[in-house]
Amino acid sequence: MENLLKQTCLHDLHVELGAKMSPFAGYDMPIQYSGIIDEHNAVRHAAGVFDVSHMGEIFISGPDAEVFINHIFTNDIRDMAAGSILYGMMLYPDGGTVDDLLVYKEREEQHYLLVVNASNIEKDYTWMMEQAADFKVTVDNQSEAWGQIAVQGPEAEKAVSEVLGLPEAVRLNFYTFCDCVRDGRRVIVSRTGYTGEDGFEIYATPDQTRAYWRALMAAGIKPCGLGCRDTLRFEAGLPLYGDELTAEISPVMAGLGMFCKLDKPGFIGRDALAAQKADGVSRKLVGIELTDKAVPRAGYPVELEDGRQVGVVTTGYHSISLEKSLCFALVDSAYAALGTPLLVRIRKRTFPGTVVRKRFYQTKYKK
Amino acid sequence: MSKIAEGLLYSESHEWVKVDGNVAIIGVSDFAQSEMGDITYVDMPDLDDEVSAGDDFGALESVKTSSELVAPVSGKVIARNDELEDKPELINEDAYEAWIIKVEMSDKAELDNLLNAAAYTKIAE
Repeated sequence: MENLLKQTCLHDLHVELGAKMSPFAGYDMPIQYSGIIDEHNAVRHAAGVFDVSHMGEIFISGPDAEVFINHIFTNDIRDMAAGSILYGMMLYPDGGTVDDLLVYKEREEQHYLLVVNASNIEKDYTWMMEQAADFKVTVDNQSEAWGQIAVQGPEAEKAVSEVLGLPEAVRLNFYTFCDCVRDGRRVIVSRTGYTGEDGFEIYATPDQTRAYWRALMAAGIKPCGLGCRDTLRFEAGLPLYGDELTAEISPVMAGLGMFCKLDKPGFIGRDALAAQKADGVSRKLVGIELTDKAVPRAGYPVELEDGRQVGVVTTGYHSISLEKSLCFALVDSAYAALGTPLLVRIRKRTFPGTVVRKRFYQTKYKK
Repeated sequence: MSKIAEGLLYSESHEWVKVDGNVAIIGVSDFAQSEMGDITYVDMPDLDDEVSAGDDFGALESVKTSSELVAPVSGKVIARNDELEDKPELINEDAYEAWIIKVEMSDKAELDNLLNAAAYTKIAE
């Protein structure tokens, strides 16, 4: 089993640092180094760096690139400026989610980079190839050729510009990127992240990625594992594919309708979403805040006073930054309004809670 | 390498028991706390609750996981360590000092099912 797991280009450096390693999306990934709470706080108050080399990079180019991507993607890429980034989803015809992803519009006409979840690379690539039959496009999965690190936190800009020698980072606004060349190789510096803080995601060759990682370690930037990546994205109200978005959970159900442009020329899943918006959906993703410190976990039932189950927890934590027990839950739409009292069953007992906004933590992006 | 205190009895689910006459003082082993990582919450039974050997009586929560606490013996809860409500990290700091509950045993023979320190060493690795 173990030798079937893939390794990122930084794997041996994680082991060297004494990281607790665990399988994730087919990779042997670092879950934590110094501890989830310590790493989480470093990102909120200073800076931390994540190995996200497992993420997928799929390049799409060709005369039909724009219309093709707009056909498989929920957001509208037609007005994108070169150097900008859009978040959205790919859907099945029934509105279920294939994946959520970022689309980067490159400077060269009809060239795009799509960044997808590690667990979905093969599925997404196959899906894109199937849809591409009638379009003049090249779909190029380069995931293995790229390393990626995420430098996140209020001190990320300083770390990226000074420690990594990428002063170009300073000029970037949130959800934009630039190309740099280092040692003759392309480096993509992107002001994006998955933590609710300002930060950067840097795509480079495996060798360059290793050099960057080492430089950040030498500068005392805290290495952060997937454990705190999840606590951080959760507090910021960001979904994780597999938990809050799945083939059964559409973006409308997940409260991500703003990333689905129903008024653009048709895209796969559009009609299903339009029907969901018109008729309403049976289930909606909500945030729930508990009054007690007991921790709601994925799979725990959400109930009414009379014991009727009306939903299920998708992700939950005792929030590190907010010091409250919080969860995302998929509940019957009748109980999704803000302020609705709900109970979460935790082991043998139920604990009272209230529906609240999913963005638990006030995000701090650079506009 | 986790510590194993001498003179205590252990369960295979990593609780320890210190016997004081008819009372069992119950906590979790150093191995258990190190596997859990930072403990953020201890879910404890109420006073006078009955617990029975082999059944869960509460849970430890870390950031990432929950782990049920399994009663090593049966009996009535006569004390709980309320200090853990605000300071669950005491278990991380010293798992053998931070007891969780005290139980008045209904069947002391159940202690025979537990492991001594030497036997527990073999499973806490």
